[in-house]
Amino acid sequence: MKLVLAGGRILDPSQGVDREGDLVIEDGRIAGIVAAGTGRGEDVRDVRGRLVTPGLIDIHVHLREPGFEYKEDIESGTRAAAAGGFTAVCCMPNTNPAIDTAAVVRQIIERADQAGSARVYPIGALIRTMEGGQLAEIADLKAAGVVAISDDAFPIQNAETMRRGMEYCAQFGLVLMTHNEEKALTAGGAMNEGYAATLMGVPGMPGVAEDIAVARNILLAELTGCRLHLLHMSTARSVDILRRAKARGIAVTGETAPHYWVLTDAACEGFQTNAKMNPPLRTEEDREAIKAGLGDGTIDCIATDHAPHAPYEKEREFDQAPFGILGLETAFPLAYAHLVQPGILSLSDAIARMSTVPARILGLPGGTLAEGTPADVSVFDLDAEWTVTPDSLRSRSRNTPFLGWKLRGRAAFTVLGGRIIET
Amino acid sequence: MRDLLSLRETSVEDIRRILETAANLKEILSRSVKKVPTLRGRSMVTLFYESSTRTRTSFELAAKIMSAEAVNIAVAQSSVTKGESLKDTLRTLQSLTCDCIVIRHASSGAAHLAAQFADVPVINAGDGRHEHPTQGLLDILTIWEHKVVGRVDDTYPGELSSHPFDLSHLTVAIVGDLAHSRVARSNVWGLTKLGARVRWVGPRTLLPAHAGRLPVTVHTDLREALEGADVVMVLRLQLERQEKGLLPSIREYARQWGISPRTLSWAKPDVLVMHPGPMNRGVEISAEVADGAGGIRAGIENQVTNGVAVRMACLYLLMGSGVAPSFD
Repeated sequence: MKLVLAGGRILDPSQGVDREGDLVIEDGRIAGIVAAGTGRGEDVRDVRGRLVTPGLIDIHVHLREPGFEYKEDIESGTRAAAAGGFTAVCCMPNTNPAIDTAAVVRQIIERADQAGSARVYPIGALIRTMEGGQLAEIADLKAAGVVAISDDAFPIQNAETMRRGMEYCAQFGLVLMTHNEEKALTAGGAMNEGYAATLMGVPGMPGVAEDIAVARNILLAELTGCRLHLLHMSTARSVDILRRAKARGIAVTGETAPHYWVLTDAACEGFQTNAKMNPPLRTEEDREAIKAGLGDGTIDCIATDHAPHAPYEKEREFDQAPFGILGLETAFPLAYAHLVQPGILSLSDAIARMSTVPARILGLPGGTLAEGTPADVSVFDLDAEWTVTPDSLRSRSRNTPFLGWKLRGRAAFTVLGGRIIET
Repeated sequence: MRDLLSLRETSVEDIRRILETAANLKEILSRSVKKVPTLRGRSMVTLFYESSTRTRTSFELAAKIMSAEAVNIAVAQSSVTKGESLKDTLRTLQSLTCDCIVIRHASSGAAHLAAQFADVPVINAGDGRHEHPTQGLLDILTIWEHKVVGRVDDTYPGELSSHPFDLSHLTVAIVGDLAHSRVARSNVWGLTKLGARVRWVGPRTLLPAHAGRLPVTVHTDLREALEGADVVMVLRLQLERQEKGLLPSIREYARQWGISPRTLSWAKPDVLVMHPGPMNRGVEISAEVADGAGGIRAGIENQVTNGVAVRMACLYLLMGSGVAPSFD
């Protein structure tokens, strides 16, 4: 069965391709790129005027299943992913039960095959939740199909525990994705410790809590040889530390999320819980450093940290509301408007940071339109103007600070293994 | 102005209007029959998630003097203990058709949240560390009486035109645990909007991290901060701050930042000492000062009386016709 996406602007950073053409897909794999108008197949879709790229991959998503399906589940979460132009997501282990046993890994993979609008790659927990601080059975998790290990939501505070965890992951070639937070400094905090927090009388979380943890984790990664990936980078100093670590040849990568290059802690004013997440929105100086870090490649990739919460959970006292905001459906237009249009990243580079690079970091298939590879493709309308409203979102939840924003650029549809996904 | 949530968000015109109304209404408090029919048929509900006798009673009396109904929700005995959310509690109170909600809560921003869900005026009676606007207003009224009018009285016939609410010749030092103080925050906005110079002084560990960006000068040296001060506002030190590792001992705090006759001598000779209460004698304020030196006794008692007057004014302006009464 041949599917042809005809006449679009085909942009594949992995092959340095950026030209108009027809993308031919056969039996779920990329057959090739041919001159526009010459592609032949049973199903021909006109994508003239649209952008055709490798399917986007978000390596940091909270799908909330199992255990918190009232916020999101694999079906709604992957539908939100597809609506955002993502063909694959990696889901974080802070579910209930956590992804700390092979059984949960297999459950998630099976559910995603049944009901998913995008590929789902589970990330395993470093520490078993039930056993009071013991390492999870990581070999077992790897055999069951996790693509990486993480301490997200339960950042390791003890340096010895982190060291041993890294040694253990390293022997299996697994990347450790760390949530970098020195919790002694952030206890009780609900937003960045800055002027906005002083005005609002809200306990703050100083940026240095992230910087200290980043420095510690990098040093331990250097010691152990474990491949380290820094989650949701938000501070100027952490970008600095990462830059110097890379210059020394340490195997560490980093990601950031759109809200860190678009917003600052001023977005919390008025006690806006939809601007509350961890790490929190920081200062203007941090925001500029994040953009510069993306621009010079210090920050390798973009990942949304999509974290759905039910409306009633966010409609409460600021310090009581849970941390986290949505991200899948607004990531592409926010990258386009705030990184590409101002010239911080080329369009090709931006696409690479959301597809080719995350795939390479975790050793995932995808991020390419090379012949023979699985046909995971994203198709975008760069000129589509839309307003973020509750009705426009496919996620089960609505907790985004971008409600009411007029955005430009939107996924028209995705192709998953040759199958068209419309949302 | 539908709500009174913070002095930061209240215009200087509205601040003056409330204070003028309070100065006028204060006369009622000296009558033998303290009752006017102004707010008859209206009802005020106080929703206090944090305990308070002073502020709550003050609001209750203010409402009753104006003939409004005053209903208090005893949160500890309410369905909040069953986990009812603030949103649902607010919606319920509204459906019970009250005309004004007065809320005190441990979370900064709770009053803003309440105002979001309420269709009636909301008065913030203290939210976390954020603000306590009626306290700020009563503090300003007290300062005005002592330092602008020059006397404390029951009535101020004709005073307002010759003694406007302009504090630009005054320096006010606020001493103590500023990081955790909603009273200090409200006072900064209220006082500076009326032209006063404000200083914050306390231990470094009890100063908010970005205090210097507020319109205050920040000090850790008490002498430096008190020099030339017209007013000293003393904040209560919560004894648990020492347990949390923010202070080495209460003794050291009292010696370095305590207000005593010795330290008070660094301020102007006629300095007005104020305290929002309740006081920890021997901690932030010495017994001598608490019990009589520097005219403090008059200051504190007057703060409390002014509290009722200010709250009468707020209830009148938010629940009543909104037009300030003319008493001249």
